[in-house]
Amino acid sequence: MNNIKRKLSNVFWFIILSVIGLVFLTPVAFVFLNSFKGKLYISNSPFSLLTSTTFAGLTNYINGIEKTHFFSAFGWSLFITIFSVSLIILFTSMTAYYLTRVKNRMTNILYYVFVFSMIVPFQMVMFTMSKLANMCHLNNPVGMGILYLGFGSGLSVFMFCGFVKSIPIEIEESAMIDGCNPIQTFFGVVMPILKPTAITVAILNSMWIWNDYLLPYLIIGLSTPYKTIPVVVQYLVGSYGGKDMGAMMALLVLSVIPIIIFYLFCQKYIIEGVVAGAVKG
Amino acid sequence: MQKALKRYFPIFVLPTLIAFGFAFIIPFVMGVYLSFCDFKTVTNATFVGFKNYTEIFADTDFVNAFIFTFRFAAIAIFTINVLAFSLALVLTRKIKGTNLFRTVFFMPNLIGGIILGYIWQSIINAILINYGTTLVANPVYGFWGLVILMNWQLIGYMMIIYIAGLQNIPTDLLEAARIDGASSWQLLKKVKIPMVMPSITICLFLTVSNSFKLFDQNLALTAGAPSKKTQMLALDIYNTFYGRNFAEGTGQAKAVLFFLLVAAIALGQLVLTRRKEIDQ
Repeated sequence: MNNIKRKLSNVFWFIILSVIGLVFLTPVAFVFLNSFKGKLYISNSPFSLLTSTTFAGLTNYINGIEKTHFFSAFGWSLFITIFSVSLIILFTSMTAYYLTRVKNRMTNILYYVFVFSMIVPFQMVMFTMSKLANMCHLNNPVGMGILYLGFGSGLSVFMFCGFVKSIPIEIEESAMIDGCNPIQTFFGVVMPILKPTAITVAILNSMWIWNDYLLPYLIIGLSTPYKTIPVVVQYLVGSYGGKDMGAMMALLVLSVIPIIIFYLFCQKYIIEGVVAGAVKG
Repeated sequence: MQKALKRYFPIFVLPTLIAFGFAFIIPFVMGVYLSFCDFKTVTNATFVGFKNYTEIFADTDFVNAFIFTFRFAAIAIFTINVLAFSLALVLTRKIKGTNLFRTVFFMPNLIGGIILGYIWQSIINAILINYGTTLVANPVYGFWGLVILMNWQLIGYMMIIYIAGLQNIPTDLLEAARIDGASSWQLLKKVKIPMVMPSITICLFLTVSNSFKLFDQNLALTAGAPSKKTQMLALDIYNTFYGRNFAEGTGQAKAVLFFLLVAAIALGQLVLTRRKEIDQ
């Protein structure tokens, strides 16, 4: 009796969840559907399915890609994300290792300054940082990597520190006795143990940097060829807003597809990484 | 070992520290100083004391943004956490397809704020056009549009954290409560919620800081329209810097106040909920 009741309630919840799941997918499906409609039909009949009259083929995609140089933006987004995340993983793990293993007043203060930076909103340093970056010629993709390393180091150092603390120091000491210098010890012994945390840090930072709009917009701006995806989307829609709905829909689809593909392939790491990151943060 | 490592400061710490200095320490210190100055570029500032700060309180845009942000945050934080926790409860019942649902619910969280904003702008406009109006015709639409958007984005994220918390509750504890005759409601109130208090702390912290610092979604969805009535604090600060002339000092003073507000609320909330956590 109890078993039947439990099964029935599970069927009930399955249906409820399916409905909610559909609601969650609707926005993406809506944009996808409309990206194939002629631009006039998007505002007239946004919810109707495609017919032979409303179907516009790839016109919207071609328009959107031409207007924004989408593939160039995709390339720069990819470059800036990979370059910045590599810098962050390499340098903040080393810093966190040093701050945890060398205990004195200076390392202690530094640690707390890194932690403090996590709660400071970007608007606080937005204006001064972009002026400083222009003065120091950091307004290019490589400079962006340095700025992301600096602004992302708070969270990353904090997360690596939490993990380094749990590594038994004896392993490193025996490596030292065997004649390794600290650099060899770090890369040969510590880094392999840090790998799960490094994946978490990499995922959290990639999600942030790939989607970030304001920093690349303020530092790199619109007049250079180094625009990233969020910058071109805002540029196209912000200035052409309402005029070419078709190109806008196509561009939204093009921006979402890489993220969804990446998500489906690395789902396990992303979800685990986000949980681990949240629990430590 | 400490001694050997200590000499390696230039290799281990210096690169991060230089980048951190450029991206955070110097801009932060300059920002605090410049909030007491009149300036156009950062190099020719004149000290004016608290003038910038007194100007803020006469600024109706800022006061409006302040009220809008608080109202939005209160509603968004409540709905996101209640809905995410409810979904987590259902998804820990060992129903078929749990993994698929988890994947779908979490997906919006990976899409960037600008893209999310435009996706929802087009949907909401498509619905409102049937009633002969648009998203920017009335600030009420912008407000609820933003609430729905943030729910869509963050429910999956918070749900994942709540699921992890619920799965950490020892099963013998739940068994014992059931044998003692606890109803599902009592089980939820007296066992599950107290045991997931650490997850609640984290989720509240994340939703609070996300809601108060919201910028991209606000910019893309309405950009403050109509007439800055749906403008949040971060966007107001941005517009003060880049949309007005000779207001850099005011913008920086607003930014300092904004920082103090976000820090105070986030830390206050952490202290309050941490107190409710039980030692496991």
